[in-house]
Amino acid sequence: MSPAPVVRTHALHKRFGDLVAVHALDLEIRRGEVFGLLGPNGSGKTTTIRMLCGLVLPTSGTAEVAGFDITTQAEQVRRRIGYMSQRYGLYDELTVAENLRFYASVYGLVGRTREARLAEHVALLGLGERLTQRAGTLSGGWKQRLALACATAHHPDLVFLDEPTAGVDPAARRTFWQTIYDLAGSGTTVLVTTHYMDEAERCQRLAFLSRGHLIGLGTPAEVVQQFGAQTVEEVFVMLQQRDEPGLHAEAGS
Amino acid sequence: MSALWARLQRWTMWPMLWKEFLQLRRDRLTFALMTGLPAIQLVLFGYAIQTDVRRLPTVVVDESRTSESRALVQVLQNTDNFRVITRVPDRTAARRWIERGAARVALVIPPDYQRNIRSGQTGVAQLLIDAADPQSSGAAIAGAQLAAQARGAQLLAQRYQLRAPVEIRVRPWYNPAQKSATFIVPGIVGILLTITMTLITSTAIVRERERGTLEQLIVTPIGKSSLMLGKLVPFVLVGYVQMSVILLLGVVFFGIPVRGSLVLLYALALVFIVASLGVGLLISTVARSQAQAMQLSFFFMLPNILLSGYIFPRAAMPEPAQWLGLALPLTFFLDILRGVLLKGVGVRDLLVQLGALCVLAGTLFTVSVRRFSKTLD
Repeated sequence: MSPAPVVRTHALHKRFGDLVAVHALDLEIRRGEVFGLLGPNGSGKTTTIRMLCGLVLPTSGTAEVAGFDITTQAEQVRRRIGYMSQRYGLYDELTVAENLRFYASVYGLVGRTREARLAEHVALLGLGERLTQRAGTLSGGWKQRLALACATAHHPDLVFLDEPTAGVDPAARRTFWQTIYDLAGSGTTVLVTTHYMDEAERCQRLAFLSRGHLIGLGTPAEVVQQFGAQTVEEVFVMLQQRDEPGLHAEAGS
Repeated sequence: MSALWARLQRWTMWPMLWKEFLQLRRDRLTFALMTGLPAIQLVLFGYAIQTDVRRLPTVVVDESRTSESRALVQVLQNTDNFRVITRVPDRTAARRWIERGAARVALVIPPDYQRNIRSGQTGVAQLLIDAADPQSSGAAIAGAQLAAQARGAQLLAQRYQLRAPVEIRVRPWYNPAQKSATFIVPGIVGILLTITMTLITSTAIVRERERGTLEQLIVTPIGKSSLMLGKLVPFVLVGYVQMSVILLLGVVFFGIPVRGSLVLLYALALVFIVASLGVGLLISTVARSQAQAMQLSFFFMLPNILLSGYIFPRAAMPEPAQWLGLALPLTFFLDILRGVLLKGVGVRDLLVQLGALCVLAGTLFTVSVRRFSKTLD
């Protein structure tokens, strides 16, 4: 018997006025998985993540995260997830250590437990030499690492990473992915959205979204096969051309 | 007991408070606003802006050159409204002094001044005033008229060996020296609290939204009430510190009396603070950027400075302006500040103001907390 999935959605729907951002989404994510959510801009990736985090309410349908209903048990869901947004959500005026301490405390960690947990994360992410630096003066790569540390200090069941590596140099991206695998290895499920196809291929399973519809699901190899393509990138370009033909005719010329 | 302690220890408002104070201390603009504004307000409104007009520069054309004419000059100077800067030979010279702006007033005493008085007629002197600014000239005119009457009564009494049949003894209560600082400095406390609760609070909240940290907070289990309390309580404390500093400086440098109960004043200030926080929170739900929040706050400050009675007396305003003033929490808080500090009145004499403040605070805070809560969903 396989363990209960960390995320399970059923006919999840989100409409903003006339625009259907997410359409009848059925999705299951297993514990300890590195799961990639892919799709062109406006395909509904961010809206899906925001619904699962409890930032926006679904128009209809249901979803369970870490065993709790996202609409009726938002409080319990929030205790068990971590969220790293595209904007990182760090306080520029606070130092690295203060940012970490703040988020750990907000998740109810106090006293020795908190200090031990912080030390562990500082070591894991190599933040030791930067502890007294203001977050506002960090480079993109360091900010990203700090944001991840802040989002995971409370050992969440599941962490959402919304385009975590946008605007970060390749070396920093590589170390970041190593950290993601470490997290998954310790039992934390990782749900990541990305624009980088090499990153997509590092995920254990992928879901392709297009205009709010789930149109492909499986391991990278399976998805490539479903679309009769050679690489994930090819699938992505195919979809993007279908969704935004004007944009790509221009880019291709 | 220990369970309660553990819950209190884990209360998510503490980290919010701690973080907020760190930010307040480290954000340069906020820190400058918090410490600089009180200083500027105190210097500007306490020292520079004086609505009481004293010692207008005056030139004297004394064509009489007698003991009576010298006595008149002395009487006018004693009112403290006039300061004789020089004597000039004739009216043309006096006019030039006023036109240049070097003098505001010219006193012309004709050659027959003393002769007329001594022969039982009226000694007539002329006072020319640059009345372009009605506020300052008004005080001077009234002062001159009073001085002339007093001198006249004195002369009559001397001539007929009489005692003055009527005398009104004026006692200016609460502010016997009639200093505007005594009136204005207590008001600065109110203006400052308004600025802190609206401008600084709303920009601090909007900044969280702009930078994406508010979204990050919503995803944590922090809870709306902790979030809001953690965000607002620091500003209440900042407001109380500012209030204490201004009161202290007011007492030390401006001789502001503290005739009533400070405990009462601090307690009533809380109601005003809650009302103003309501405005700040409301602004934060409307403004999309920190710049907008600042503009809206200044927009709110203007009627507060003009209509509340901070500088300009409300009694002098047309009725619609007076009604508008009743919508401002500051109007009532100014009454409380001046009542407690200058008159030493107790809560029983401030029930109307307290009631009005409670209504305003209740409405503003409820509306804005509701609106703000919605932005967190």
